[in-house]
Amino acid sequence: MEILLAAAIGVLVAAAAYLLLARDLPRALLGFVLLGTAANLSIFAAGRIGTMVPPLVDQGERALAADAANPLPQALVLTAIVIGFGLAAFTLVLIRSAHDAFGTASADEMDEAERPDETPGPAAVAPAAASPSHRREAA
Amino acid sequence: MRQVLLVAPILIPLAGASLTALLWSRPAAQRAVGLASAIALFVATLALLAQVIAGGMVVGQMGNWPAPFGITLVVDHLSAAMLAITGLMGLAVAVYAMGPGARERDRAGFPPLFHALLMGVAGAFSTGDLFNLYVWFEVMLIASFGLLVLDRTREQLDGGLRYVMLNLVGTTFFLLAVGLIYGLTGTLSLADLARVAPGVENQGALAATAVLLLVSFGAKAAVFPLFNWLPASYHTASMPVAAIFAALLTKVGVYAIIRVFTLVFAHDHALFGPILAGIAIATMVVGVLGAAAHYDVRRILSFHIISQIGYMLIGVALMTPLAIAGSVLYIVHHIVVKANLFLVAGAMRQVGGSFALARMGGLWVSAPLLGILFLIPALSLAGIPPLSGFWGKFVVIRAGLEAEAWLLAFVALAVGVLTLYSMIKIWNEAFWKAAPQAAPRAEWTRAERIATFAPIVALCGVTLAIGLWTEPFAAFSLAAADALLDREGYIAAVLGPNAVRLAEAAP
Repeated sequence: MEILLAAAIGVLVAAAAYLLLARDLPRALLGFVLLGTAANLSIFAAGRIGTMVPPLVDQGERALAADAANPLPQALVLTAIVIGFGLAAFTLVLIRSAHDAFGTASADEMDEAERPDETPGPAAVAPAAASPSHRREAA
Repeated sequence: MRQVLLVAPILIPLAGASLTALLWSRPAAQRAVGLASAIALFVATLALLAQVIAGGMVVGQMGNWPAPFGITLVVDHLSAAMLAITGLMGLAVAVYAMGPGARERDRAGFPPLFHALLMGVAGAFSTGDLFNLYVWFEVMLIASFGLLVLDRTREQLDGGLRYVMLNLVGTTFFLLAVGLIYGLTGTLSLADLARVAPGVENQGALAATAVLLLVSFGAKAAVFPLFNWLPASYHTASMPVAAIFAALLTKVGVYAIIRVFTLVFAHDHALFGPILAGIAIATMVVGVLGAAAHYDVRRILSFHIISQIGYMLIGVALMTPLAIAGSVLYIVHHIVVKANLFLVAGAMRQVGGSFALARMGGLWVSAPLLGILFLIPALSLAGIPPLSGFWGKFVVIRAGLEAEAWLLAFVALAVGVLTLYSMIKIWNEAFWKAAPQAAPRAEWTRAERIATFAPIVALCGVTLAIGLWTEPFAAFSLAAADALLDREGYIAAVLGPNAVRLAEAAP
């Protein structure tokens, strides 16, 4: 069972890495979702797996039976799923707004945030050594 | 009383976020509640800081579940200092956000998101549990996503996507590391991890998870080579948002690195010390060179955030008491100075009409007060005595020399000179040279002017206070370093004298 889970996690991470490298943003988002699933599965596998005894404390006992399932990973995974879903939903909306604004969902064709700066006159084209007097003339 | 103060930094912004969201249709009330919440947060964090200085670490078990099982909040010297500075920044930016453009920002949803961001940051600083740290990271992230694209311009959407994508992957790595650490140790409480980690059989796997954590925290802190999202996005945000981001977000990553690598992975310092030193050097150099290449005030300042992160990592790279004290002092100084520079940049835009140095000029003639208010944080950032940055750099570099880390100390010195170059560049272009064209007359009301300049003057005052009256800040930093290096003390304070042994519960 553990080997099967490990293989599934490996395949998911590989697929996620492939998708995250895509320039197409919805594909990259799918990559994030797959990566989150792989992380959730790894938390699940890190707790004990394979037991069928429910994690309930019997009447009169003060602790779980020794071979009971581990309830903690399920709580962690549930939290992580909710958070991951929220983030994915937000990102999807963001990609949609970007698609409306740019007319494309490809990261390559969005270059609004990192345009080259306006440089102050020709002096700035030269390296940092440009003298201040140069700049004043240019200005 | 101590327990109430412990949860106050989380509950106050939670109330602030909810109430400002509910008061959506009543802008005046919304603004008043937001300001009151920011003031209350600042007062509460100061009271908590006083408690920690007077009585040491404050620990609380939520719902009274004993330590490794329940949700633990721990505030030691470092956390208390970070919380107090969060309160100060929250208040300064909340006031500043009432300046020009306030109405549009409020309509776009600034107040609830801003308080939610403060809640996430405060939670991350006070939690004592790795999984809760992940949850607080996500609270902080989702609020910061909303804040970054507040105006929904093309520039912001593009910058926001870059920011979102890299941070999504970074936090998923964090989650993956949490799962693997739980599998290796059977616990996620930081104190319990610190107790168990040195005895874990498979140290190689534990080191691998530490690297995963370093990658995700490093992406958050914008260290080399994971910093690309920061200069791609910060300059697109509106100025109050950029200021609070610059002050707090990267520092949460730095805090997480310091916390985890001094507490949980301290026994592996022989491996991680040199790695962190290399990262620190590369981060300092790349950041400052990026800043030297730019001619937009916001982008220059963004690259300087990266460069300064390198200084903060020196402490955990060397792991000597003096070096860690230097990092703590540096973080406190840097948050005040860097946020203030972004606030000043916003005021420069209002007076000079642009962020591009090519279009600015003559500000020294038209606004000499602004020039002085720029010079104080700018020279402090470069480390000119007697301002706060000098003492931060002095302690960090002296710690480097004492630990015989010559390269680290030399790079830290050289980067200081290049920082001065960037600051002088802004000064020459924006303040000193003649204005290239007549700037449009800034139209702002008296109230907007006060809202803009009051926080700038106050933060300049803090910078001068740290610089001229360093003794208490230095003593506090040394106490914080001692507390960070005293792992046994942390474990005993959180788990109690009769710690429940989890060994048999390990999966």
